[in-house]
Amino acid sequence: MAILSTNPNSFSQLAVLPPDWPGNFWLHWVVFTVIILAFVLNTALIFIWLERRALGRFQVRLGPNRVGPFGLLQPIADVLKLLTKEDMIPAKGDKLVFWLAPLVAFVPVLMIFAVIPFQSGALLADLNIGILYVVAISSVAAVGVFMAGWASNNKYSLIGAMRDVAMLISYEIPIVLSIVGVVLITGSLSLTEIVGAQRDIPFILLQPLGFLIFFIGSLAESNRTPFDLVEADSELVAGYHIEYSGMKFATLFLAEYAEVIAMSALMTTLFLGGWQGPLLPPIIWFLIKVFAVFLFIVWIRSTIPRMRIDQVMAFAWKFLLPLALINLLITSLQVVFWPEASPWLIVFLNLVAMVVLVLSWSRFFRLGGERIEV
Amino acid sequence: MLTNYGYIALLLVVAIFFACSLILIPVVLKLLKIVPQKPNPVKASTFECGMETIGRSWVQFNFRYYFYALILIALDVMVAFLYPWAVDLRQLGVFGLIAALIFIAIIVVGYIYAWRKKVLEWK
Repeated sequence: MAILSTNPNSFSQLAVLPPDWPGNFWLHWVVFTVIILAFVLNTALIFIWLERRALGRFQVRLGPNRVGPFGLLQPIADVLKLLTKEDMIPAKGDKLVFWLAPLVAFVPVLMIFAVIPFQSGALLADLNIGILYVVAISSVAAVGVFMAGWASNNKYSLIGAMRDVAMLISYEIPIVLSIVGVVLITGSLSLTEIVGAQRDIPFILLQPLGFLIFFIGSLAESNRTPFDLVEADSELVAGYHIEYSGMKFATLFLAEYAEVIAMSALMTTLFLGGWQGPLLPPIIWFLIKVFAVFLFIVWIRSTIPRMRIDQVMAFAWKFLLPLALINLLITSLQVVFWPEASPWLIVFLNLVAMVVLVLSWSRFFRLGGERIEV
Repeated sequence: MLTNYGYIALLLVVAIFFACSLILIPVVLKLLKIVPQKPNPVKASTFECGMETIGRSWVQFNFRYYFYALILIALDVMVAFLYPWAVDLRQLGVFGLIAALIFIAIIVVGYIYAWRKKVLEWK
């Protein structure tokens, strides 16, 4: 019962200052809607360019460098190309669902950005349940991916979509449990307060294991490379968007990149201290951190080969989930029994705990390296 | 606080409108004869490495994550209950911690049982 009973004092703790800039309701809405759309679209274009250039460098080649200076206009050329492509619909497909799928995939991802603080008070809606809202809405995008795979009436895309749902239901739990660790320390679900609580120490130090789990989980949720089985080019050709062309394909692609941006921004907000930093203006710090996280993701993409689906599932259920539960236990014990301890001592203890747990658990648990019969 | 949910609802409208316009631009361009429209049966057939597709894809699909999905339901409900607990743990103190640990332990017993029964294998 104690779990559900809420202390009346907690509501005052939950009450968050309203965003005070700009004051007017409609002005605030217009400004931040434009900011969110511009941020998502521009960052997606820059990320596409950055990823291709960085991957080129990692693979000892040049990458796109013909269109504009350093190939900067390449993504725009790609968009123009996609815009003038013929819009094909497979004859055997389900036409209505085929049309709706890019919409359902893109809209929830865009909705995530409503609660992400770009700097102090600069966010569209300062929900007091911010992170719970993000958790709830980010998993809806998988419905769009599944619709795309199902409506194409293609076996490759159906398998890709099935894998996406399988990965979503596996990696949802570790991600959400690692967020609970952050919520335990902050005592609030509001993203503004989570950023505010990291004034002295970013949570990547207080919650190193939580960050690791969240990072791996968000790689899987946004289908980045060690977990990009959804569109595994070498076996499923392109997975769920195999039958898509033109702007519908572009929308699915944009949704995918927007999800990566959302995950980078969430990692920045939850673990890396958000917009806080010395000297530079807050928004610059926010962008620097988002880009750093994204470059790290690209680095991982060029380093680690794709996993097999049984390994991916076993990794989530036998490695990440127990570690997330242990991390939750450690954090709640620290919060209850040791609230006055020096944060640097806890940082040290948690880092040691992370190293010991990851090493010992990977000893004890073995990913199936052998061939499996399907 | 309701103001903020108003923002969310308005953003939903804008996002739907924006995504619709992205999808509908080619329809307009098709009318302006910028986007080509030359369908033929081979082009509209299902893509499959050059061969004719055998059968439909809308069949009863053996999805192997059925048991994972069942465990997910239990764990997801647990996590949903953990969020309000986590916000208030400092006030709840030791009693709240023990209550949540018992609650988690009950579900973890089921999880370990599933692991021992080899449900967590992809097979």
